[in-house]
Amino acid sequence: MATTIIQTEKLVGKRIRRREDPRLITGTATYVDDMQMPGMHHAAIVRSPHAAAKIRSISIKAAAEAPGVVAVFTGKDTEKVGPVPCGASLPGLRVPHHYILAIDRVYLVGHPVAVVVATDRYLARDAADLVEVDWEVLPAVADPEKAIAPGAPPVHPQWPDNVAFVYNQEGGDVDKAFAEAEVIVKQRITSQRLIPSAMETRGVLAEWRGADRQMTLYTSTQVPHLVRTLVAGMLGLEENRMRVVAPEVGGGFGSKLNIYPEEALMGFVSMKIGKPVKWIESRRENFLCTIHGRGHVDYFEVAAKKDGTILGIKLKLIQDQGAYHQLLGPAIPTLSVLMMPGLYRTKNIRAEVIGVFTNCTPTDAYRGAGRPEATHGIERMVDILADELGIDPAEIRLKNFVHNEEFPFPTATGLTYDSGDYAAPLQKAMGIVDYTKLRAEQAAARKQGKLMGIGICTYGEICGFGPSPATPAGGWECGTVRVEPSGKVTLLTGSCHHGQGEETTFAQLAADELGVDIDDILVLRGDTAIVPYGIGTFGSRATAIGGTALYYAMQDLKVKMKKFGAIMLDSHDVSYANGQVVCNKMGKSVSFKEIAAASYRAMKLPPNTEPGLVSTHFWEPPNFTFGFGAHIAVTEIDPETGQITVRRYLAVDDCGNIINPLIVDGQVHGGVAQGMGQALWEQAVYDDNGQLVTGEYTDYTMPRAHMMPWIESQHTTTPSPVNPLGVKGVGEAGTIGASPSLVNSVVDALSHLGVRHIDMPLTPEKIWKLVAGGKN
Amino acid sequence: MKINLTINGKKYSPDVEPRLLLIHYLRDVAGLTGAHIGCETSLCGACTIEVNGKSVKSCGMFAVQADGADVLTIEGLAQDGKLHAMQEAFWNQHGLQCGFCTPGMIMACKAILDHNPNPSDDEIRHGIEGNLCRCTGYQHIVNSVKAAAAVGAGR
Repeated sequence: MATTIIQTEKLVGKRIRRREDPRLITGTATYVDDMQMPGMHHAAIVRSPHAAAKIRSISIKAAAEAPGVVAVFTGKDTEKVGPVPCGASLPGLRVPHHYILAIDRVYLVGHPVAVVVATDRYLARDAADLVEVDWEVLPAVADPEKAIAPGAPPVHPQWPDNVAFVYNQEGGDVDKAFAEAEVIVKQRITSQRLIPSAMETRGVLAEWRGADRQMTLYTSTQVPHLVRTLVAGMLGLEENRMRVVAPEVGGGFGSKLNIYPEEALMGFVSMKIGKPVKWIESRRENFLCTIHGRGHVDYFEVAAKKDGTILGIKLKLIQDQGAYHQLLGPAIPTLSVLMMPGLYRTKNIRAEVIGVFTNCTPTDAYRGAGRPEATHGIERMVDILADELGIDPAEIRLKNFVHNEEFPFPTATGLTYDSGDYAAPLQKAMGIVDYTKLRAEQAAARKQGKLMGIGICTYGEICGFGPSPATPAGGWECGTVRVEPSGKVTLLTGSCHHGQGEETTFAQLAADELGVDIDDILVLRGDTAIVPYGIGTFGSRATAIGGTALYYAMQDLKVKMKKFGAIMLDSHDVSYANGQVVCNKMGKSVSFKEIAAASYRAMKLPPNTEPGLVSTHFWEPPNFTFGFGAHIAVTEIDPETGQITVRRYLAVDDCGNIINPLIVDGQVHGGVAQGMGQALWEQAVYDDNGQLVTGEYTDYTMPRAHMMPWIESQHTTTPSPVNPLGVKGVGEAGTIGASPSLVNSVVDALSHLGVRHIDMPLTPEKIWKLVAGGKN
Repeated sequence: MKINLTINGKKYSPDVEPRLLLIHYLRDVAGLTGAHIGCETSLCGACTIEVNGKSVKSCGMFAVQADGADVLTIEGLAQDGKLHAMQEAFWNQHGLQCGFCTPGMIMACKAILDHNPNPSDDEIRHGIEGNLCRCTGYQHIVNSVKAAAAVGAGR
């Protein structure tokens, strides 16, 4: 027992360096491909070179006889394995049966048709080249608008119109809004297909132990528990016989929030050969066979009054689904609909979404998942409206924002915005860049024939996915806090971070909440044998939901520790403070360590109290959280080359309370880089035959260091009332804010030439043509 | 083919297939999994190491080409349990998120300072243009190199 009461320093809000970094900077972290096992075999997958074809026959003889090869399997062997699941449900949704290996027809380039298993990865690849497929090539379609035009080749013969689903949503009285409008602006806006391209490709290592009837699947995933449930189901294996481990995961951005054919296929192969088997996706495969993002063609109409008040919004959204639905594919454009009013008060919206099959890679959640597309649309439309009415883009936004006293604000799309001060980040950003001075500079530059643009984006982001009714697989998260007998603290989280830093931020939370040294805290995640059932990391949810689950588990433990402290101090008048239980009256305390030891030693238990100190919470959020912010991009264009220079990029984000500003800065920078990638450089291009033209880093222009400008990151802070931490989320904010601010900036630079809209990416060629031709 | 090479100060004399890539030798045979494979086409830089003091993408080189070479990988950068200044800088400046590009990135950044102890932002950015990172937007990586330069890592 001690008599001193320690005041510990608070860690929440501090820029502390990450606790997960030592293994990552020394090259000692373990990603899937770093793992080896006795008797481990290697798999190589034979894939379709055609976007649409029938398989007349497959000859595996030469491959099967090649050196080192132990097995070759085709679709006939794996036919009974369950289909790759689609978790999204919409009325009338057409879901093609997604075999893990093609049976008699392929629907996209990269479609897996056979797997070759060998003792060595080189031999597996050699033999894969020996598998001969006799193809009957069919016409393909790669463009969603062409796919729904009459006479297009059917992607799936049973649905000749290529329509995967039609989804309608309406709020308010749109017809009245448009009838009363003094101005209506219309624009077709695309959000092009993107390739997520996490630096670690996917990889799976499956180990089947037949005698124990036990499968262990190591896979690079954001959602290990979902993989366990769904892949066990595909393989006909009892769920509790499957252990899924997400070891170190080298980035995801939504592309690993999925269930892929190879996860079940490696399980199947390991069961067949009785040995561990590893498959590591090549970068080429990653471009072709891991989900893509975006893929929108949007037709927007905005009705407004002459003073700039927005009365209503109409949207026809054509979503390129690709050849199959992956886990959440059809749900993604519905998120765009939810977010289409942006931060604005309008109560009248109408959206029609047409999901379209094409002979392309499936689209699904990629950083932002529906919200960048929606934000790009509404933020472009607001600029177009401002231009039409001769109103400043900042002024028109300030005029239409939801007012502070209106929170919680019910939107026309059925959401309830939790809290906000939408003008604050815009005004802060305008102050920092000296907006008035910038506009004057722009006017002067124009007189000299120079092209300078100022682009604003004010965005809202649905964070903290989400209440379970709004999330396909449950929207809660689990958290276990375990105080060990020695007083060390282990946090088990169902969140599954893969770069976001929760080994640090969750430890910061726990250090403050429990009043213990951060070095006494260990955060574990990513192993279904260790962590209670969790949902995973995506949708800017880990801190808001996973962090809150841990918070409530800690509250339970503090109550229990107080009970132990009370009997140890022989007093009822005790409180928990700074890692001790204190009796102020007696001026005495018992330490965290002493209580931990006593609770496990269990010599004397408080009434109705079990030994040990473990608490688990499954926290179901009552609402999403809604982050918001304002980004300003200042650009200059070289009229001779069409080259865009981003002279200044400022992000003012409001993500609620901040746990670690250093990590938040990193999330903003990375998010902005991906949004800037979409705005300026990146595009997945297919030719008319469904061949991916941008199938390697040589052709797909991912941002490199010398292409990126300096990013200024600032904040306003509006705590969320949805969770006790007051946090919102920031994982996707940068991506959402970046593309509209950049495109608005470049269009602004060219607006005096009659340019009103430019579709992304803003390649120098496109810009040069506009400057030279003066029209869009 | 029998080759002799030194990796992180330790001698190795393996018998390797002529077509075995150096990165596969390091990772699968020598058990040094710090350098990663992000593309196998020398475009991403995740496999960056040093061969005879020069920065090299080890997926673009056969193991047999390293016969007689002195190789340094991320695992050999810390000395006597003390991190290299560039590793320390990446840690302090939050120069990494998922960590997959990081070993290659740290090696490439070290090479920049080896040639130019006080690089400008532009020189740093061009110095790592062969190394892709999808997480950081590169800004904290640039800060890391500047921080390492400030403590004299390149001297």
